Amino acid sequence: MSKPLLKAENLEISFHGVKAADGVNLEINEGEFLAIIGPNGAGKTTLLNLCTGYLKPSAGHVYLDGKQITHLSPRQIAKRGIARAFQIPQLFTDHRVIDNVMLSNAARLNLWQMLSPLDRPRYRDEAMELLRMFNLADHANDLASTLPEGRRKLLDIAVALALKPRLVLLDEPTSGVSAIERFGLMETLMTALRQAKVTALFVEHDMDVVRRYAERVLVWNRGHVLTQGRPEEVFQDQRVIETVVGAV
Amino acid sequence: MRMFLLGLAALVIVAIAGISAPWLQFLLSLAIAKGLAALGVAILLRAGLISIGHAMFFAIGAYATAFLTRNGITDFVSLLILSTLIATAAGVVVGAFMVRYRAIFFAMLNLAVSMVLFSLLSKLYNITGGTDGMRVARATFFGIAPGEQTFELIVFLTSLVVVMLVGFAVSAYFRSPLGEALKAVHTNEIRLEYISIPVWGVLLVGYTISAALAGLGGSFAAMIIGHVLPEMAFWTESGHLILVAVLGGIGGVAGPFIGAIFLELVHTFAASFTDAWSMIVGAALLFVIFFLPSGLYGLINKKRGGSAV
Ligand SMILES: Nc1ncnc2c1ncn2[C@@H]1O[C@H](COP(=O)(O)OP(=O)(O)OP(=O)(O)O)[C@@H](O)[C@H]1O
Ligand SMILES: [Mg+2]
Repeated sequence: MSKPLLKAENLEISFHGVKAADGVNLEINEGEFLAIIGPNGAGKTTLLNLCTGYLKPSAGHVYLDGKQITHLSPRQIAKRGIARAFQIPQLFTDHRVIDNVMLSNAARLNLWQMLSPLDRPRYRDEAMELLRMFNLADHANDLASTLPEGRRKLLDIAVALALKPRLVLLDEPTSGVSAIERFGLMETLMTALRQAKVTALFVEHDMDVVRRYAERVLVWNRGHVLTQGRPEEVFQDQRVIETVVGAV
Repeated sequence: MRMFLLGLAALVIVAIAGISAPWLQFLLSLAIAKGLAALGVAILLRAGLISIGHAMFFAIGAYATAFLTRNGITDFVSLLILSTLIATAAGVVVGAFMVRYRAIFFAMLNLAVSMVLFSLLSKLYNITGGTDGMRVARATFFGIAPGEQTFELIVFLTSLVVVMLVGFAVSAYFRSPLGEALKAVHTNEIRLEYISIPVWGVLLVGYTISAALAGLGGSFAAMIIGHVLPEMAFWTESGHLILVAVLGGIGGVAGPFIGAIFLELVHTFAASFTDAWSMIVGAALLFVIFFLPSGLYGLINKKRGGSAV
């Protein structure tokens, strides 16, 4: 069962004459765990912005399940099952940690449910389960703004997964997380993704993480795909060693 | 629960004060009418939006009551309900346009629309009575026309009941996903979109509720004062509502009412012997901004400002 879930075709966008995406093609298959690596400013975050409708490409298309989603808004794309975790955590800082997750869960509610209390045992249990998975249960009732950097990152991912997406785009999930906790986080993440059968694309700077968890790696440079393949192949490539591995 | 009991206690105190000193009834009822409108403003403040034009919905509620009375509808409860509905409809229409704007644009566009309404009310002499405004005949209660004192007492007591009902409804709204999302608009609109909650819908609901509350307050005010004037829509009135909301605190539903009663009392007592009124209000506002970021309401609610009532 290997058909492209998400497909990007000839995406182009530039900022002030600098091409951040220059004819990008990308396919991610159902159930896959795809990593994107590349030097700073290569256009990795821009690619996620393009795939989620936050930016519109000047040329090219994005397809989900073979259907065009290029023109849709981030909200409509999220509704169709693509969730996103951000490079810089995007949280509701005036809300408690658990509210952040419950609000994400609440996106599935109908209008009537939208008007009944959010903090109910059923929603609370559902959110707590996710928080426990990400070791955030002790912080459930803290304000999100009081979380330390690394935990914000975890919460940001938990909020994305609470949407129960088919595909999640993770922008440097392990950045800001201490080196010791990094692999723990990745294990948690992998378990969560497998359990919920979520396909994932993640941008990553830590090559050890990529080597260990990615099934396929896309190497990104200056707005285009330099090469792609299995991690062990890609890391042999001289160009990759020069542009990415050496640079990190 | 604790906040509920405190709120109930406060209502009982206000009720006793009003009943034992009937001359206070007019003042307290009017304060509550403004408090309702200020609560509307406070709802939008939760989303980080400042409307410098919300007196327009107060005026719409008030003029709706005046027109309906002139056209033979005199029942108190019907007038309140119909006027609120008219303000609600106005809120949906104006809101649909406003929710696309933020920050200074939102503030100024609300101001602009309210000024248009103000000038229409002032200029359309044949319809609105121009700057003279319109008289509002004393309302009846289920077909009975009360004397002045009875009328004031009934209006006062009704306003307390309305405050209680509105308090319940709005705090339930604050705790619902829609209400929580409203607060989230303030902190992270992008994330809200990314979890597929429509920001415009969340804001439109908030805007409409705030317009409805302002209209309800305006309808009360029209009947309490017995007269409506274009000044009700003037921008200084909108400013007054923001003042009340900030002074009272936007953390919970009680804040705007505390702020409104406080201001109305200060106004009455200070204005009666000096013109120290502005100075007292200014000093109180400074005090609140520096020492009570969650408003006077923060004095009784020591808890973190998240949950309401
Ligand atoms: N909204 C924007 N407006 C202007 N320029 C932008 C915008 N977004 C990205 N860029 C530019 O596009 C290029 C690619 O940026 P992008 O953030 O996609 O890189 P990245 O690969 O995610 O880098 P990093 O590893 O630092 O996160 C950079 O030169 C950046 O300055
Ligand atoms: Mg980036």
